[in-house]
Amino acid sequence: MKYLSSLLATAGLVVFFFILSGCNQSGQNTGALSSDVASQVYVPPGQHDEFYAVISGGFSGQMSIYGLPSGRLFRVIPVFSVDAEKGYGFNEETKPLLNTSYGFVPWDDAHHPELSQTNGETDGRWVFINGNNTPRVARVSLRTFETEEIIELPNSGGNHSSPFTTENTEYVVAGTRFSVPIPQKDVTITSYAENFKGALSFIKVDPETGRMEVAFQVLMPGFDYDLAHAGKNNSHGWMFFTSYNTEEQNSLLEVNASQNDKDFIAAINWKKAEEYLAQGKYRELPTSYVHNYWDESTQMAYSETIKTVKVLDPSDCPDMVYFLPTPKSPHGVDVDPTGEYIVGAGKLSTDLTVHSFTKMLKAIDEKNFDGDRYGIPVLNYDAVVAGVVKEGGLGPLHTEFDGKGYAYTSFFISSEVTKWKLGTWEVVDRIPTYYSIGHLMIPGGDSKKPNGKYLVALNKITKDRYLPTGPELTQSAQLIDISGDKMKLLLDFPTVGEPHYAQGIEASKVAPNSMQYYKLDENKHPHATLSENEARVERNGNEVHVYMTTIRSHFAPDNIEGIKVGDKVYFHVTNLEQDFDVPHGFAVMGANNAELLIMPGQTETLYWEPKFEGVFPFYCTDFCSALHQEMQGYIRVSASNANTALRWWTGQAPEM
Amino acid sequence: MKSITLKFILLVLAVASLSACGSDSNSGAPANKPKPKSMLAEEPDPMTNKGIGPIKEVKLDPEVDQELAAKGKEVFEKMCTACHKPTEKFIGPAPKGILERRTPEWVMNMILNPEQMVKEDPIAKKLLMEYNGSPMANQNLTEEEARAVLEYFRTL
Repeated sequence: MKYLSSLLATAGLVVFFFILSGCNQSGQNTGALSSDVASQVYVPPGQHDEFYAVISGGFSGQMSIYGLPSGRLFRVIPVFSVDAEKGYGFNEETKPLLNTSYGFVPWDDAHHPELSQTNGETDGRWVFINGNNTPRVARVSLRTFETEEIIELPNSGGNHSSPFTTENTEYVVAGTRFSVPIPQKDVTITSYAENFKGALSFIKVDPETGRMEVAFQVLMPGFDYDLAHAGKNNSHGWMFFTSYNTEEQNSLLEVNASQNDKDFIAAINWKKAEEYLAQGKYRELPTSYVHNYWDESTQMAYSETIKTVKVLDPSDCPDMVYFLPTPKSPHGVDVDPTGEYIVGAGKLSTDLTVHSFTKMLKAIDEKNFDGDRYGIPVLNYDAVVAGVVKEGGLGPLHTEFDGKGYAYTSFFISSEVTKWKLGTWEVVDRIPTYYSIGHLMIPGGDSKKPNGKYLVALNKITKDRYLPTGPELTQSAQLIDISGDKMKLLLDFPTVGEPHYAQGIEASKVAPNSMQYYKLDENKHPHATLSENEARVERNGNEVHVYMTTIRSHFAPDNIEGIKVGDKVYFHVTNLEQDFDVPHGFAVMGANNAELLIMPGQTETLYWEPKFEGVFPFYCTDFCSALHQEMQGYIRVSASNANTALRWWTGQAPEM
Repeated sequence: MKSITLKFILLVLAVASLSACGSDSNSGAPANKPKPKSMLAEEPDPMTNKGIGPIKEVKLDPEVDQELAAKGKEVFEKMCTACHKPTEKFIGPAPKGILERRTPEWVMNMILNPEQMVKEDPIAKKLLMEYNGSPMANQNLTEEEARAVLEYFRTL
């Protein structure tokens, strides 16, 4: 009996745990496993993550969308680089988005995604991101998760301190990393100090449409402008840019641009700049740059060239720009949620320098200057500094905030995140990262209202963290729980390209507005085919337009004859589906570009040059139904001098 | 004796553990699970079966509303003709004479709720197989539009 009862107790215990673990797998949080790290990042099948993370792809030129806390990858949004998978930059509709003053540029280096804000909080409308190489800023819609606009920046040479936003997305900024001759001219590089200037662009954003225009540029000394952040609350109206290479060197910068003990954070009073603009105190410089925008109604991108830009020179505009001395080649400049503290991360230092906005205004008022550079007043360091975070680590890069009085800074060289307290500047916790963290992200962490639950570390090097894949290894993100006193590592996940910078937002601000399909009723594409009855082929000289439709699971027309070698064929394919998650693909043999991937209700165009006589198949590339494998067709190509009649059909061939 | 008791207790506990999790419906399967019944056993009368969906009751006026039918024709031509020809079998069946074979509620539910219909309605399930698994696309018509299409079908 004793034996039986102990057996029963054991069996009961086993089943008890079975119940617990069984329920946990089906989504019930019992609390019993709350100490288990895995359960904190586990999002059960069919359930949604709490946050979206928007992570830049760096040299991939793209931006990717992840869920947090799971670290699951949902979508890679093509922005600055062509993406054959989605036909982006290959189909006729999206090609103009990649137009620049240098022509079609199919790649860029995408660094910093920045969410739009209203009243200093993320509003889930758009994400802006900078292209560093051929200086550009893009705007991506968080309704369609598509790139809607790309604007090139004149007078710039590497758009790095960008595209940081003001409290109500009045402006996103674009400061040049590389100073260049303005206007461009053929001069010796050794004339750097004399001829090179740095342009800080303020891009006005239309509050309704998001449409961007370069409102003005501030013409600055030829330093390297690295990162930026806008003021908040009392400091709203100011934008802060870090600079390095205040030595104005043009070669071996790794040594020559690290000479000065202090470089500068440039504080730009953009409300003052607006006044000078209104007073006409600008110069209108001739230039040439390209603005590309997507029109949702016609489902096409358009490109325009702009010929002038308004430039404000600080020497004509007193009280518009001040320099805050900041040790040593600062990278990040981050403004706390109250707007009072401006944190400079001197990347060659061990300390962080925190400036006070109140003290800055006082120093300006009292003209407490340490001389000037090119007529721009340099504020007295001791008069503006609020505190120094001592020995936080090695190589501080970037700081975000949790809204609970703490700041978190990434340290690249010592490969760690340090948590410190605003006001007392004491370090309270630190956690290693694997390895070599660049930027970090807390959802809303650079806004007035951070959500201090998770922190994401964006690491440059992974070494032994994953299965090896030859010489090139994945880069990674790490999810850290910051809800308690001690930071806790929860998860590693690999990233697409190099994760330079990221933003996070509550899913509830974005998911309800996510578009399900394009309404056929609203499709004003000039080559749309809105019903299968209108499917047709038109010839105009050697240009052939195929007006094609798709629905599960056939093309109309799916047989085409009368095409000739040397024709220029445009397949305008309209997806007639009006339901969620039913895209169709279109691929034709020998196409020199890519496929089309057409969302429900959308029209896309693929250009095709038939090169040889014969009969060539085309088919749907996106598994659409049980009869997807039957979704195919043929196009007959005749000799250029043949008399083959132009005809097309689906099902029954028409009489000859 | 011991082993019988033990087996019984384990069984009870196992059932308890199952039911403890039973309240959780989000285990990956769709919320509405088709019941594994024989198709023959539940073959309903197509002239009384109203199908599954938002439409519970449609009252047809003996007179066809020509204005509504004209509107329905317009919707049909735009949204449906990629798969349906009015009077002959195409990708899907022809709607001509549909009300001699189905209830008006069934027709509208098939238009408005095709995903659930082809999974759960015995007639729609059979049709899906008859048409080689070609799905009835949900074209997201409004109830008003579906009603107009039904009126148009009466004119065929």
